[in-house]
Amino acid sequence: MSMIDIAALDDIPRQGARVVRTPLGCVAVFRTADDHVFALDDRCPHKGGPLSEGIVHGAQVTCPLHGWVFDMATGSAQGADDGRVVTYAVRSENGRVLLDAAALSGRRAA
Amino acid sequence: MNRKLVVIGAGMASGRMLEHLFEAAPGQWDVTLFNAEPRGNYNRLMLSPVLSGDKTYDQIVTHDDAWYAAHGVTCRFGESVTAIDRDAQVVHGANGPVPYDALVIATGSAPFIIPVPGKDLPGVCTYRDLEDTNAMIEASRPGAKAVVIGGGLLGLEAAAGMAARGADVTVIHLMGHLMERQLDPAAGYLLQKDLEARGIRVHCQGVTKAILGTDRVEAVLLEDGTVYPADLVCMAVGIRPETRLANDAGLEVARGITVDDQMQTSDPAILALGECVEHDGQLFGLVAPLYDQARVLAATLAGQEAVFRPVQTATKLKVTGCDLFSAGDFTDAPGREDIVFRDPGRGIYKRLVLEGDRLVGAVMYGDTADGAWFFDKIRKGADITPDRDTLIFGPAFAGGAQADPLAAVAALPPEAEICGCNGVCKGQITAAITGGATTLDAVRGLTKASASCGTCTGLVEQVMALTLGDGFAANANPPMCKCTDHTHEDVRRLIKSMGLKSIPAVMQDLGWRTVGGCASCRPALNYYLIADWPAEYRDDRQSRFVNERNHANIQKDGTYSVVPRMWGGVTSAAELRAIADAADRYAVPMIKVTGGQRIDLLGVRKEDLPAIWADFNDAGMVSGHAYAKGLRTVKTCVGEQFCRFGTQDSTGLGIRLEKLLWGSWTPAKVKLGVSGCPRNCAEATCKDIGIVCVDSGFQISVAGAAGMDVRETVPLLTVPDADAVCDVVAAFVQLYRENARYLHRIYKWVDKVGLDWCRDQVADPAIRGALVARFAESQSIYQTDPWADHAARPAEWAPVADLTLRAAE
Ligand SMILES: Cc1cc2nc3c(=O)[nH]c(=O)nc-3n(C[C@H](O)[C@H](O)[C@H](O)COP(=O)(O)OP(=O)(O)OC[C@H]3O[C@@H](n4cnc5c(N)ncnc54)[C@H](O)[C@@H]3O)c2cc1C
Ligand code: SF4
Ligand code: SF4
Ligand code: FES
Repeated sequence: MSMIDIAALDDIPRQGARVVRTPLGCVAVFRTADDHVFALDDRCPHKGGPLSEGIVHGAQVTCPLHGWVFDMATGSAQGADDGRVVTYAVRSENGRVLLDAAALSGRRAA
Repeated sequence: MNRKLVVIGAGMASGRMLEHLFEAAPGQWDVTLFNAEPRGNYNRLMLSPVLSGDKTYDQIVTHDDAWYAAHGVTCRFGESVTAIDRDAQVVHGANGPVPYDALVIATGSAPFIIPVPGKDLPGVCTYRDLEDTNAMIEASRPGAKAVVIGGGLLGLEAAAGMAARGADVTVIHLMGHLMERQLDPAAGYLLQKDLEARGIRVHCQGVTKAILGTDRVEAVLLEDGTVYPADLVCMAVGIRPETRLANDAGLEVARGITVDDQMQTSDPAILALGECVEHDGQLFGLVAPLYDQARVLAATLAGQEAVFRPVQTATKLKVTGCDLFSAGDFTDAPGREDIVFRDPGRGIYKRLVLEGDRLVGAVMYGDTADGAWFFDKIRKGADITPDRDTLIFGPAFAGGAQADPLAAVAALPPEAEICGCNGVCKGQITAAITGGATTLDAVRGLTKASASCGTCTGLVEQVMALTLGDGFAANANPPMCKCTDHTHEDVRRLIKSMGLKSIPAVMQDLGWRTVGGCASCRPALNYYLIADWPAEYRDDRQSRFVNERNHANIQKDGTYSVVPRMWGGVTSAAELRAIADAADRYAVPMIKVTGGQRIDLLGVRKEDLPAIWADFNDAGMVSGHAYAKGLRTVKTCVGEQFCRFGTQDSTGLGIRLEKLLWGSWTPAKVKLGVSGCPRNCAEATCKDIGIVCVDSGFQISVAGAAGMDVRETVPLLTVPDADAVCDVVAAFVQLYRENARYLHRIYKWVDKVGLDWCRDQVADPAIRGALVARFAESQSIYQTDPWADHAARPAEWAPVADLTLRAAE
C-alpha cells in the first residue's frame, strides 16, 4: 500500500471533513472530535449527497441531504437504511494525513 | 580491572537503572554519574506535591550521598556533559574529560518553549526541575497572578499547586478541552469544572500571541485580544527529547535517540534510556515504561538477555479532588464500540472502548476506583464477552444497576429555577408536593409552576416523580432524540437553571447516552446555547447543518445557491449590475427571482463561494441568510411613497425591520411582511410576523404560515408608531428565541404556549424592555456578515488535495 501525504491534520476541522479530488471522484476525509481520520467516497449511495458536508458525531456521519447515517469505519448505512460507501485506508501521522494512493490511482478493480 | 561506565543524566530512568545494575553485576562497574542539575536523583513526579506544599524536597530524594558512596559512584552533579568523543571513548564535562567502556545517555527531555515575543523575560519558567518548582513557589504569594500556558498534565499540576498556595491562576489551553490527549471532551469538561470550582480560570482555544512586559513579565496577550495580567508565566506546552549530545556525536537520532530492544544505540558502546530515546517509532513521557527500560539496560550491561517491550500506560492527574483516569486507546476507530455511563448528580463519567470482544481503552472521571481493574483487562486483552452488559459497573457489580434518567433533576439544588415564567424553584415545588399536591394541576395551582408558557411541564413532572416515587405517572413526552431521555423543553430549561454553557457540558450533566450526540441533537444544542448564552458560548460550526455551515443552500447536485440581501426587496442599478457580472464570471446556470423579493443565483460551485461573496461584498451587499434558521426576508409593498392607497411608509418600515433583525439565529426560519394598507400586497398575513399599516398606526399579527401548513396570522398588538413596531417585533422574536424548541416555526410554538401568554409578555413594558435589551445584546455579537468572514479564507472551501493531477505518474 503506498500512502501519500495529502494535507495537514489541522487543515481538516474537528468533527468535519475536507474533500480530495481523485481520478475516481471525490473522496471525503473526515476528522473526529478525538483526531481519528477516515476516508470515504464523497457520494451517498442514496441519492449522491456529499457526505463531506454531513454532521460528524462519534465515528459516524449523517448525510446532509436526507439524513442517512454511515459508520465511517465500515462505510455501511446504519439502522433501517441499506447501503455502503467505499472506504479507503487513511491515517494521521505527525500532524499529517496520509491516504492510500494505490486504491485511488484509477486502477482499482471495479 | 573494573570496567568504566559513564552515565549522563541523574534522572528517574538512570537512578532505577543503576539500582538494577548494582544488583545484577555487583562490583563490576566503576560508575561516573553526570547531572546538569546540581543534585542527584530525586523523584521528579513528586515535584507537584512539593509545589503545592504537601511535601518538601528532602522527602522526594531517591538516592542520597550515602547510597552513591556505598556503590562507589563518582558524582559530577551540577556539571553538564558538553561532548562525546566516540573514537576516543571519552565524554567531556566542564571540569574535565572521563573515559568510558560503556556510556549511558539518560538526558530526559527539555520543555518546549513556544516562540512568542517575550518568552525570555524574567518571570517566565517551565516545569521540569526543582529550580522551576522553587520559582513558582516563590511567585505564588497569595493574590499574585500566575498564568500557565498549557492545559495538559504538567500545566494543570503547576496550576493547582500555585492555586493551593493562594495565587490567582489562569490556564490557557490551545485545544477545545483540557488534557485532550488523555481525555475526551466530556471528561475534559468535568475536569475544567472541578478546577474552576477551586478558583482556577480556564481559557480553552486560547492562542498565546505574546508575553508582555518591559523588565519582567507583566501579562499574557492572546490572539483574540484577551490580556491576562501575570507576575509569573509557566510554559507547559510539551516536551522534546533532549538529544543534542547524541546528535553532535553523530548517533542515529529520529525524534529521540534510536535504540533497539536491548537499549543499544547505533554505537555498540553507547546505550540510552528514558525520555530521550525513541524505540520502534515510539517516544515516552511517563515513568512506567522507563522503569522497564532501566531493567533491560542494566541486564544488557550485565551481559544478560533482556528485551524491551513497551507496556501500555495509564494516566492519573496528581491534583487532589480531580479524580481522572485514562488508559489505552479511546479514539474512534474501525470496528470500535463505546459503553458510556454518566451520573450527572455525582459528576461521574465513564467510557469504555471495545474492539470486538476486548477492552482497548477507558476514560473515567469522578469515580476512578475501578481504573486498575479496567486497566488490567486492557493489558491482558481479556475476553470481556461474558460480562459485557455489566462491564461498565466494574468489579463490584451487584446486578441491575441502571443509569437513572431522573438523575439530573434529582441533583438540582432546591434553589434551581424550574419555571422561568413565574420564577418557581425546585424547593417550592417539592414543598407543594409534600404539602399534598399530587397532581400537576394542584402543583400549578399552588406554585404557578408551568402555569404560563408550559414549557417546563416535563421538569415539574420529573420533580413530582422524584418526590412521589412510583405514585406518579408522568405524561410521556417524546425525548429530544435517541441520545437522551429529556425533552427539548427540559433541556432548554436545564441549560439555563444549571448554567450549562457548552455542548459537552449539556451532554455530561444531562446524562447523554452517546459520545458526540447525533445529527439531530447537536444543531439543537448549538442553537440553545447561542440563544441562552450569547456572550459566553461560541458557535460550533461543526454542529450545524450544511447550509448554515457553508452559508449557502446546498442543491441536489452538490452545488450551492447564493442570495444577497436586498433590504425590504429594494435594489438598485449598481446592485443588479454586480449580480449580472457575478453571474457571468462564475457561469451561474440559473438566476431566479425568489418569493421573498430578491434574487437567487443557483448552481454555484463550492470552491467559488468565497470569490463570489467577496465580489458581492465589494458591491456593498451582504449575505441574505437564505439558508438560515434565522431572519430570512422582510417583504414589503411600495406603500405611501408611490401607491395611491398607501397609509404609511411600508417600504421604509420593512427596511428598518430587516436591518434590526438580520443576522439573528432563531429556532426556525423567520419571514416578515409589511403592507401599506389592508389590501395587503406584501401578503403580510401569511408570514411569521406581519405588519399591516392603517391610518391610525400599525397592526402587528403573528403566527402565519404558507408552507406545508397554511395559516393566517392572528393579531398580536396594534401600535401607533414605527418605533413601537420595532420594539414589539424585537421583543416577540426574542421571546421566540428563548422559549421555542428547535425547528418549531413561530406558529407551532404559539400553538403550544398560547397567543395570550405571548401578548402578555410583549405588552408589559418592563418585560418587553428586558426582551428588547437581551435581543440587542445578542445582535451586538451575532449581527455580522458571514460572507465577509469566510471570503477572507478561500482555501478552506476548495478540495484539500487534487490527486487527478498526479494520475499521469
Ligand atoms: C512535574 C512533573 C510531574 C510528573 N508527573 C508524572 C506522573 O505523575 N507520572 C508519570 O509517569 N510521569 C510523570 N512525569 C514525567 C516523568 O517525570 C518523566 O517521564 C521522567 O522523569 C523521565 O525520566 P528520565 O530519566 O528520562 O529524565 P529526567 O528525569 O528528566 O532526567 C534527566 C536528567 O538528565 C540531566 N541532563 C540532561 N542533559 C544533560 C547533560 N548534557 N549533562 C548532564 N546531565 C544532563 C537533566 O538535568 C536531568 O536531571 C512528571 C514530570 C514532571 C516534570
Ligand atoms: S398594500 Fe396597500 S399600500 Fe401597499 S401596495 Fe398594496 S394597495 Fe398599495
Ligand atoms: S417548494 Fe419544494 S421543490 Fe420547490 S423549492 Fe421548495 S422545497 Fe424545493
Ligand atoms: S443522498 Fe444521502 S441520504 Fe439521500
